[in-house]
Amino acid sequence: MKNKNNINAKYSKFGYIFVIPFTIAFLFFMLYPIFYTAFIGFTGLKGLGNTISTPGMGLLKENLFKNFKDVISNGTFQQSMKNTVKMWVLNFIPQILLALLLTSWFTDKRSKVQGEGIFKVIFYLPNIITAATVAILFGAIFGYPMGPMNDLLQRFGFIDEPVHFFLSKNIAQGVVIFIQTWMWYGYTTVNIIAGVNGISPEIFESAEVDGASRTQTFFQITLPNIKTIMLFILVTSLIGGLNMFDIPKLLVTNSGPDNATKTTSVFIYDQAFAGSYLYNKAGAASMIMFLIIVILSAVLFYIMRDKDEAALKKMKKQQDKLRLAELKAQELLNGKGM
Amino acid sequence: MLDNKETKIIKVFIYIVCVILTVLSILPFWIMIVNATRSTTQIQQHAVSLMPSTYMMNNFKILTGKSFNPMVGFKNSLIVSTCATLCATYFSTLTAYAVVVYDWKLKNAFFSFVMAVMMIPAQVTMIGFYQMAYKLGLTNSLLMLILPSVAAPSMVFFMRQYMIPSLPLEIVQAARIDGAKEFYTFNIIALPIMKPAIATQAIFSFVSSWNNLFTPMVLLTKQEKYTMPIMVSLLKGDIYKTEYGAVYMGLTLTVLPLIIVYLFLAKYIVAGVALGSVKG
Repeated sequence: MKNKNNINAKYSKFGYIFVIPFTIAFLFFMLYPIFYTAFIGFTGLKGLGNTISTPGMGLLKENLFKNFKDVISNGTFQQSMKNTVKMWVLNFIPQILLALLLTSWFTDKRSKVQGEGIFKVIFYLPNIITAATVAILFGAIFGYPMGPMNDLLQRFGFIDEPVHFFLSKNIAQGVVIFIQTWMWYGYTTVNIIAGVNGISPEIFESAEVDGASRTQTFFQITLPNIKTIMLFILVTSLIGGLNMFDIPKLLVTNSGPDNATKTTSVFIYDQAFAGSYLYNKAGAASMIMFLIIVILSAVLFYIMRDKDEAALKKMKKQQDKLRLAELKAQELLNGKGM
Repeated sequence: MLDNKETKIIKVFIYIVCVILTVLSILPFWIMIVNATRSTTQIQQHAVSLMPSTYMMNNFKILTGKSFNPMVGFKNSLIVSTCATLCATYFSTLTAYAVVVYDWKLKNAFFSFVMAVMMIPAQVTMIGFYQMAYKLGLTNSLLMLILPSVAAPSMVFFMRQYMIPSLPLEIVQAARIDGAKEFYTFNIIALPIMKPAIATQAIFSFVSSWNNLFTPMVLLTKQEKYTMPIMVSLLKGDIYKTEYGAVYMGLTLTVLPLIIVYLFLAKYIVAGVALGSVKG
């Protein structure tokens, strides 16, 4: 035992040495920019080519939280926040429902689907294509006056005159929602199927023996067993959704009518890099988003945490306490006896 | 018997839905590729056609005659994605090795920290990142797109999960007895064992680097430094407004390499997606 410890001590320095590149890159490219972004949120930094060290760009003296207040009360920011949440929720619900439906089909042995592998490959395809390209492609598909969508609708007699789709707030948002769903349902499906395949087959077999129906099996056995995967998908989708940028930025010029497709990431970009150079406001907005993301993921982890495991831990703790109390009581008794 | 009939109906329904989804996945790209071969006049008459035409070269000439330069975008994207992928996979494996193989005091604290910062998106750090790059005079340098990938927390996490069952510590000890240096052991023994995990992660790292729009859009202002996604965003501009055929051509050029790669690697990619979440 002592020998082993010696060996470990001899080599432990390599642990520190091998994480040096990661640590340096992390400090330099992630941690420092986060703090710097937060710091800029408290300064008056704006204008192209200015930095904190430029006179007059330092910390705000009279009202330190001015940028944060300005951003929160900014109508465009509120609007972009609403858009982001709306577009994420409306893309996530159909996406997860479709993925669960496909999963229940692809994993049910009783109605084995031929070509499951090929379908998975095709459904995942849109996810791998550059989002910037997808956005501009859909911009062209819904183009006016002669985009493919107008052409199709006219040929099949749904409309007589070409429609200028992106003049409508709802259609502009609807197309963003459609693209997001279309790009991500394959990814979600593949993930959930992997989760279901990880469940021990014996559980399903015994359910079948007990005469459980398809629906019963799915809701009472499959779903509870893929909680971790669902949490993973929910958290990653939420964080990705709150940072939605490529599609809304490039689908419609200038975020469409009434900023219909402006998300918070687009807002941050526009504040800092699209002509107004308000780095301080953009920094404050970034930090607000950062806090929201941290809080939401923490809440999600708390809600979705394994309740059985938590209960087990609690029980164990109580048992420990009980045992401790017993021991103490015994000691006390013994003491008295003595 | 009744049950059999019901199963059949369900099966037919399943196939219909799957075929519809397949059409949805492919049709936009099909329209894009076909329209890349059609003239702007043809597209204006009927924007959807399933049959290609003969104007491919013409569209290509119009496309490259203006600001869109596919070769420059391709070259820059290739440099950035390749270097970033090499950095990310090598250093993530090295970091995971440090956590798995060695016992050091701060090991657990370090790993918890890696897990905590895994979810931080690039968008919320961008203002500070840009200001830092600006002060260093590196705004138009591809290095700023490559070097950050040395620290890839989620990949470190994945590599650790993979390494624990597949790298027996006895091998490392045997190498030590044979007199191998620690760094040598990592390069010659651990890296080859990690090959399957590295391959999976390399594909995803490459694709996400190739597709990244936000960081390059903030940092790069010189056209000769543009990566593919920013090059694509030029197609949105006014100069291509009436050149439908050329726009579809440009989009096709950016998508084609990805589709070809995907056709060859699809099996591994889909398997890798599943692996990532089950283990991660």
